[in-house]
Amino acid sequence: MGWFIKFIDSSLGKKLVMALTGLFLALFLLEHLGGNLLLLINDGGEAFTTFSEVMASPYNIIIRVIEYGLFILMFYHAVNGVRLWFLNKRSRGQAYESYNPSANSTLFSRTMILSGSIIFIFLVIHLRTFFFPYRLGDAPGSMYEGVIEAFSDPVYSGFYLLALVLLAFHLIHGVQSAFQTLGLNHNKYTPFIKGFGIVFAVVICAGFASIPIYFLFRSMSGGM
Amino acid sequence: MAKNMNLKLKVWRQKNKEDKGRFQIYDATNVSPDMSFLEMIDVVNEELIKKGEDPIAIDHDCREGICGSCGVYINGRPHGPLREITTCQLYMRHFHDGQTIVIEPWRAAAFPVIKDLIVDRSAFDRIIAAGGFISVNTGGAPDANAIPITKDDQEWSLDAAECIGCGACVAACKNASAMLFVSAKASHLVRLPQGKIERERRALAMVAQMEKEGFGSCTNTEACSAECPKGISMDAIAQLRREYFKANFKVRK
Repeated sequence: MGWFIKFIDSSLGKKLVMALTGLFLALFLLEHLGGNLLLLINDGGEAFTTFSEVMASPYNIIIRVIEYGLFILMFYHAVNGVRLWFLNKRSRGQAYESYNPSANSTLFSRTMILSGSIIFIFLVIHLRTFFFPYRLGDAPGSMYEGVIEAFSDPVYSGFYLLALVLLAFHLIHGVQSAFQTLGLNHNKYTPFIKGFGIVFAVVICAGFASIPIYFLFRSMSGGM
Repeated sequence: MAKNMNLKLKVWRQKNKEDKGRFQIYDATNVSPDMSFLEMIDVVNEELIKKGEDPIAIDHDCREGICGSCGVYINGRPHGPLREITTCQLYMRHFHDGQTIVIEPWRAAAFPVIKDLIVDRSAFDRIIAAGGFISVNTGGAPDANAIPITKDDQEWSLDAAECIGCGACVAACKNASAMLFVSAKASHLVRLPQGKIERERRALAMVAQMEKEGFGSCTNTEACSAECPKGISMDAIAQLRREYFKANFKVRK
C-alpha cells in the first residue's frame, strides 16, 4: 500500500488524481444539468420534484453511495489543487521582472486556482441555499419554490452567472488537460478532445445559466 | 537598409550565488538591425570593458542554435519574442529604436543564478545521470541495421531527441516544471527498441530525480512546448506519464 500512496502523491500522481476526480466531477455536472433543466418545463415543478425525490430517496442506494463519493472526491480535488499550487509556486523562486505568459499559454490554463477557488465559494453558497435546507434540514415548501425564491433576487442570480462563467473557464482547460494528464495525446484525436472540452464547457455554462435567467425574468414579469 | 537603433537594456546583475542581485540600465547605441542579440551584448560588453567595468556574464557557445547555452529571458519570454529559436538566432531587427529590453536569467528554484544571466543547469545533468541513457556493451561496433526500426519510429524518436537541454521549458512554465525536458529525454530512448529494455527503471528514476531537484509539476499550460526552440511536442509529456504510470504498477518493488 505504501507504494500506492507514494505513487498518487508523486508530482505525476497528484496530477493523475486531479484528472480522474476532475473528469468524475465533469460527469456529475452533466447529470446535474440534466435534472435541473426539468425546472424549465412549465408544469409547476412537477417533473423536477419527481426527479429530485427519486434522487434523494434513502432507498436509492447506488445514488447514496455515489453522493458520498462525490463529496469526498470534490473535497480531494480542491485540497489537492491548492497543494499543487503552493508546491508549484515554490518551484519558481524569484519572480520575473518582465513576464509575458499570454504569448505562450491560455489565460484559462494559468488561472485554474483562481477559477477553482471561486467555484468552491460558489459551491458553499449553493449547498447552503439548496442542499442543506431541503435535503438535510426541514425547509418549508418544496425545492421548486426555493428555486423560484432564490433566483428572483438579481444579486443572487448575478453571482450564479459569474460563477458559471468561471466554471466554463475551469472546464475549458480542465477537460482537455485531464486527457493529457492521463497520457492521452495523439495528433489524431487530441484536436477533437480540445474542441470537445470547449463545447462541453460552453454547454454546461449555458445550460445552467438558463435556469437563473429564466426565473429572474419570470419574477420580473410578475409571473409565478 | 534599415537605420541603426538606440536601445535601453535593463539587465539583471548579480555578482555570485550569494549576492542578492539587481537590475541595471545600460544604453546600447548605434545597434545594427542585422546584429544578433548576442553580438549586441558583445558590443555593450566591449564598452563596459573599456570603461573598466565588469562585463555582463551570459552563457553562449555554438551561436548556431544547437548547443542550448544562450538561454536568457528577454522581455518576458525565453529567447525573446520569436518562436522556435535560441537567443543567438534572435536578430535586432525584431526590436525597434528607443525600445527598453528587459534581460533576465531563467527563474527557477532548481536553476540557481551563478552570475548575472548565467544559471546553474546541472540539475538537468543529474536527471540524465539518473536514467536518461541505455546500457550497451563496449567493444566492436554492432552490425548496422541489425535491429529493424521503422522510419516512423525513427522520426518520432528524433522529434524528441531534438531537445538541446536549454531549459526554456522550465523558464517559461509558471510552475518551473521540467516535464518537457525530462519527457523528451525519456521519450527519444523509449521510442526505439534499444531504449525499451530499461523503460520502467528509467521513468521512475528520472521522475524521482526531477522531483528531488525541486522542479514543479506539469499543469498542461503548454507554455514549454510553445517556447521550446526545437518545438518539442506535448506528446512527449503524455508519453512520460504513460511510462511512469505503467512502471509504478509493473516493477516488483
